[in-house]
Amino acid sequence: MSQAAVRGEPRPGRARSMVDFYVATMKIAVAAQFQYRLGNYLYMIGMIAEPVIYLVVWSTVARSAGGSVAGLTAGNLAAYYIVWTLVRNMNIVFTPYGWEERIKSGQMSGSLLRPVHPIHFDLAYFAGWKFVVIVLWLPIAIVLSLIFHPVLHPGVAQVLVFLVAIWAAYLIRSLFLWVLGMVSFWTTRVGALYQLYFVLELLLSGRLVPLQIMPSWVRQLAQFLPFSSTFGFPIQALVGPISSGDLYLGLLKQFLWIGVGAVLVALVWKRAVRRYTAVGN
Amino acid sequence: MRALRLIGLLVRMSVLQELQYRANFFLSVFQSLLSLGTGLVVLALVFGQVSSLDGWSPPELLLVMGVFTLIGGVVQAVIQPNMTRLMQDIQDGNFDFVLTKPVGAQLFASARAVQLWQCVDIVAGLVVIVVATVRLDGRVGIGPVLAFVALLIIAAIIIYCFWMLMTTTAFWVVQIDQIVELFDGVYQAGRWPIGIYPRWLRIGLTFVVPIGFAVTVPAEALTQRLSLGSWLLAVGLALVLCVVTRWYFRLGLRRYSGASS
Repeated sequence: MSQAAVRGEPRPGRARSMVDFYVATMKIAVAAQFQYRLGNYLYMIGMIAEPVIYLVVWSTVARSAGGSVAGLTAGNLAAYYIVWTLVRNMNIVFTPYGWEERIKSGQMSGSLLRPVHPIHFDLAYFAGWKFVVIVLWLPIAIVLSLIFHPVLHPGVAQVLVFLVAIWAAYLIRSLFLWVLGMVSFWTTRVGALYQLYFVLELLLSGRLVPLQIMPSWVRQLAQFLPFSSTFGFPIQALVGPISSGDLYLGLLKQFLWIGVGAVLVALVWKRAVRRYTAVGN
Repeated sequence: MRALRLIGLLVRMSVLQELQYRANFFLSVFQSLLSLGTGLVVLALVFGQVSSLDGWSPPELLLVMGVFTLIGGVVQAVIQPNMTRLMQDIQDGNFDFVLTKPVGAQLFASARAVQLWQCVDIVAGLVVIVVATVRLDGRVGIGPVLAFVALLIIAAIIIYCFWMLMTTTAFWVVQIDQIVELFDGVYQAGRWPIGIYPRWLRIGLTFVVPIGFAVTVPAEALTQRLSLGSWLLAVGLALVLCVVTRWYFRLGLRRYSGASS
């Protein structure tokens, strides 16, 4: 053991090895998921039904309400729900339902033996997968744009913030769903809890409808919850309308939620892992 | 007659099996309430902006939601569990055991896995339909109600045939698990009358994935906006699908090579 490690200082090259770990895991994810490109594609196409339904309903409402609903025209709505499809894909992270299987099958034991916190594997693997998803998403976006004629005029700042915001959204959702999933360490009856969480997320994130359409008390409530930072904010950052103040404030809020999520993961994980027992042969 | 007795027996077996897991009943109720709640929120949001959507009034859209929930319940409780089981069996060769039974393979494979607790959605759908009908203020006569019930049965047949056609494809392509999610995604379109969709999508939702016939058409019958043409089309489609499904299943059977070969 080197002297630095004995003194409790970070070993030289710790950050470097973490970067290596991320790069290697991401490469594996890209290679593995590209193998399943057809399956990935079918899955993505199945996912399009949801935003297309929302889009058609709200475009119909906008038309009958004299052209726009809550200030959004059919073109704005089309832009919203097409960007939605990318943000939705960025929102796919390790599912809370996966924890039961991890614990039951004993996979946990393996990841506990590694010298890095297991969340790094999930973060890196799903981040790598995103690159495959983004490539597969581009043709879908083009086809949807040709059909629904989105209207958006983002400025340079908006595009830049959007590019950061989708990854921040990915991090926030990863962290919070990790915390939710760790409930499995205490009880196996988690189905109802997860469903309640996902319905709240659906309503308060901007996934079901742009938050502008929601009544004002819902918008107020959503401000104090992490959900809109993972969905509504990244979309609005690109599609608008958004003031530059709100643009940077939203980004700041995302960073805040990443901090909160990271602290929660650290705290819950410390307690959860103590409850884990495994039987080997 | 023998077929009916067999279905009764198979259903009883599934029910007994499901009764072992009573806690799941509460989970199903919770699930139903959440999804109904979400549906009502969306309706409230829509009607906060406009007073009618593409000519459908609030109680009429509530009715559509009821039919959507009801048919969704039938799919979840009866059709989907059987079809996923059949897909699995074809994949791993367990379909051999179905073939050795001295009863029709299609009948047996379609009635052996019923998920009792998913029937909660069927009940929930019925409740929503009744509430919506009451709110239509007595504009509903006995004729439309009979037509509605008949079309619900036709809807169930059409959806069953559609699922069976998809599943039978497993005899050739083996791995088609994705279609379950694909169908679930597309089925959500049925929450709304298909008239609101653009023309190309409407045609797709009518003839490619027959959700229009499953949800919108029965609702149209109850609200008296169904033309004679749609009636004939629904009955005709059901008949044609039945014949095609039967033929396709037998064709698939001939393809099946079993686990031991």
